[in-house]
Amino acid sequence: MEQPPVTGNPEPRRYGRGLFLATVVGGASSLFWGKAAWDRVAGVVSPVAADLAPILPTKGWRIYTVAGRMPVFDPATWRLALGGLVEQPVSLTYDQLRSLPRAEQVSTFHCVTGWTVKDVHWAGVRMHDVLSLARPQQSAHALRFVSMEQPYVDYLTLDQARLADVMLAYEMDGKPLAREHGAPLRLVIPEMYGYKNVKWLGAIELVSQAESGYWEQRGYDSNAWVGRSNGYGT
Amino acid sequence: MKRFSRVERLLHWLNALGFFALLATGLVLYLPSLSVLVSRRQLVQSLHFWIGVAWLAALAAVLLLGGRRLLATARELEAFDRDDLRWLRGGKAPQGRFNAGQKVNAALTAAFTVLFGVSGLLLWFGEQDTRVRFASTVILHDGLMYVSLVLVAGHLYLALVHPATRHALRGMTLGDVSTEWAARHHAKWKPQ
Repeated sequence: MEQPPVTGNPEPRRYGRGLFLATVVGGASSLFWGKAAWDRVAGVVSPVAADLAPILPTKGWRIYTVAGRMPVFDPATWRLALGGLVEQPVSLTYDQLRSLPRAEQVSTFHCVTGWTVKDVHWAGVRMHDVLSLARPQQSAHALRFVSMEQPYVDYLTLDQARLADVMLAYEMDGKPLAREHGAPLRLVIPEMYGYKNVKWLGAIELVSQAESGYWEQRGYDSNAWVGRSNGYGT
Repeated sequence: MKRFSRVERLLHWLNALGFFALLATGLVLYLPSLSVLVSRRQLVQSLHFWIGVAWLAALAAVLLLGGRRLLATARELEAFDRDDLRWLRGGKAPQGRFNAGQKVNAALTAAFTVLFGVSGLLLWFGEQDTRVRFASTVILHDGLMYVSLVLVAGHLYLALVHPATRHALRGMTLGDVSTEWAARHHAKWKPQ
């Protein structure tokens, strides 16, 4: 547009176009450095962030669900069923589960979509202490984790499930697992992306081999190692 | 006197409508407390995506429809003269139809629209295809949301609350502003 000349004012410059382009290019390039930068900033911010919890309402978590409604935990009716290729099928009440040896760990939770929550404090039971109640048969080589959120299931091989920091967690950050985090019990396997960490556990079945879980049927890797699967680090 | 044409106002209000619809559905996906309340993530996710697509398509349609007149507005918005730079540094300087702050806001808003669109599409298609999956997409999309909230909060304050500037709302709703207000805030503005 022709601007009427203003005395003492040279031709205006198109800084607006420059700002627009710089913002678009800068923002788009952050696809390649944003996470690294954010992880560094978050390391500095997180001690302060504890005091600013109302301002950072998510604490880094995002809640992903696949069904129309989140499962509701009822202590009176909830059971953890251990079945499949076992010598002794077992059904544990919540209290029975809580009376098993308690384990605690602090580990980092990685989601395949790119977000990470550092230093999550989990408490729960180790896989070994649960499996020994049911005694897997020789032919059992994998575990099928069945969520109360149907039709969510996922699998681990027995070797994967025996990694030292795999846990069936009933507490997170000092409180009983919240509904959105999978109350009353979820699988925690920090070495793998979140979709393997099945929430709202209702049953664990021993099977002869691992099959494809919910997201694996939709193209995600079965062996969801953090940083070494799903297109990352390959 | 006339400040905003019909097509300029249409573009503004479509953008506002789309922004708040996306903010509402996006927050349900983002905030754990809201996702517990609403629960139907798959439905909200589809809504969010398709509102986003409709929003970008509507904006593109208005840009095409507005043609040369909107192009002239864009030229006006991108041009910064010495007075604008002085104004940005906090000095008193006469302003045109848009003050320098509005010009900065316009450039950022346009850039954010592009970036929201790109990162949103990457999130949607990245769920199915590792080739378009980046670890930082979600950080970009969220970061844009946080910065946009700050910009929108400032914008709403100036448009609705601040006594000296809130008269401008009339320009964006009815199209015109008082000559006396225009002379005070936009001294260099000479309507065609």
